[in-house]
Amino acid sequence: MSFEWPWQYNFPPFFTLQPNADTRQKQLVAWCSLVLTYCRHHKIYTLDVMEAQESPIFNNKKIERKLPTDAVQIIFEELRKKGNLEWIDKNKSRCLIMWRRPEEWGKLIYQWVSKNGMTNSVFTLYELSNGDDTVKEEFHGLEEWMLLKSLQALQLEQKAEIMALNDSKGVKFF
Amino acid sequence: MDRFIWANGLLEINETLVIQQRGVRLYDGDEKAKFDMGTLLLSTHRLLWRDAKNHECCIAIPLSQIVFFEEQAAGIGKSAKIVVHLHPASANREPGPYQSSPYNYIKLSFREHGQIEFYRRLTETMTQRRWERVPASQLIQPTNTSQAGRTRAVGIVGIERKLEEKRKETDKNISEAFEDLSKLMEKAKEMVELSKSIANKIKDKQGDITEDETIRFKSYLLSMGIANPVTRETHGSGTHYHLQLAKQLAQILQTPLEERGGMMALTEVYCLVNRARGMELLSPEDLVNACKLFENLKLPLRLRIFDSGVMVVQLQSHNEQEMITSAVDNVSDKGSLTAEELAKLLGISVLLSKERLLLAEKMGNLCRDDSVEGLRFYPNLF
Repeated sequence: MSFEWPWQYNFPPFFTLQPNADTRQKQLVAWCSLVLTYCRHHKIYTLDVMEAQESPIFNNKKIERKLPTDAVQIIFEELRKKGNLEWIDKNKSRCLIMWRRPEEWGKLIYQWVSKNGMTNSVFTLYELSNGDDTVKEEFHGLEEWMLLKSLQALQLEQKAEIMALNDSKGVKFF
Repeated sequence: MDRFIWANGLLEINETLVIQQRGVRLYDGDEKAKFDMGTLLLSTHRLLWRDAKNHECCIAIPLSQIVFFEEQAAGIGKSAKIVVHLHPASANREPGPYQSSPYNYIKLSFREHGQIEFYRRLTETMTQRRWERVPASQLIQPTNTSQAGRTRAVGIVGIERKLEEKRKETDKNISEAFEDLSKLMEKAKEMVELSKSIANKIKDKQGDITEDETIRFKSYLLSMGIANPVTRETHGSGTHYHLQLAKQLAQILQTPLEERGGMMALTEVYCLVNRARGMELLSPEDLVNACKLFENLKLPLRLRIFDSGVMVVQLQSHNEQEMITSAVDNVSDKGSLTAEELAKLLGISVLLSKERLLLAEKMGNLCRDDSVEGLRFYPNLF
């Protein structure tokens, strides 16, 4: 299924940072949602800022419009504030995109665990993300760092506990 | 040594002493001459030697006889010397100590040192060639080649000297002239200080001085180019001039404003008014000050300053919202518009049309598209 661009994507003013405060607010919301849906569709978990600027997300060749660098930075900052983005390095050149926030993933995983009556059992991380049992689940194929974050979120809610197993990690659900 | 002639040791009228040195022995070529201890004198015209023991014994040689000279460094047991190479002796010279000499050079031996300074002064004197400066009357004499050569040299030296003098004169004149300027600047500073202090005093004693005097004084200050703090603070009272001017402007501008849809940029107003006045033109400052008084005087005009700093005069009756709505309608009709396009459409200046679009954007009715192609406005679909 190919990605469907929102109507704003083909609206030239979308690629200019609006000076009017209200208009800008709406614009940023639309951009954040676009970035997240795009990454979700293509299962992108990390973004390199330079590459992103050249990618179709911020670069619409059809209407010959490109979002300027400072606007891109603002959008990333918005995403970070909402909890959907985390910078990997201090220079802000690479970031983790969490089109689903850790808490949301945690909830999904826990739902699956309780649905299958597997509370009080221990799983390795690998089992969760790549096990045969989870193939149909949305969190199947989740990258380890994302999985870890989600489990940490559950840990905070005291629904899980992360433990070390030999040389890998495991988790127990309550 | 045969070029030397007996001398009386006295200097000629134009001759000046340059330097003298004791303890000098003379050599004829490489042989010691019988003048072994004396004072060597250098004048602007001659080289003289006077015996230390016998002051009556004095010999001289004209500097013109010198071809060139060089230093000979001192050695062990030998003093430093200056070797002087000479022209051949002229046949009709006056009597001297030597009738003839096999040598064309002499040596000056500095037994009590001093050769360095002497050499330097000798070089200087030889360069100056003062002995060649013959008084004007003698210049017109018939010349043989050597004399002609000397006259030409005089000419050049004379010209050089004149140029030098002229340069010095100019220098002096310039510094004198600038002296006046710097004095003027000091006076100007004092004037400014004075007027500032008076202006302050007026501010303090606001009640004591009459309105008329204050206004008169303020206009003096204005004419001197000093911005008066009083008018800015006491917002209501401008000078009479500006008040009258404001009333006049309101009359003049009524019709043109209506023709142009109720709004004109201040620059347009400036051009229009000055063209109409012909003589007694307005300064931009006066115009702005007068326009600021429109509201106070309850005239039907307004001076309006946009966010971008553009100043316009608009009719009181001018309806803002209408402008915006019409602009938005136009944009929606055409899908998108630039300021230039809208200006052409409505028949107004680009500046004003841009202001309208910006205003509509501020109200949230339009949004902008800024690209390499320019600035375009779209209806705000966000």
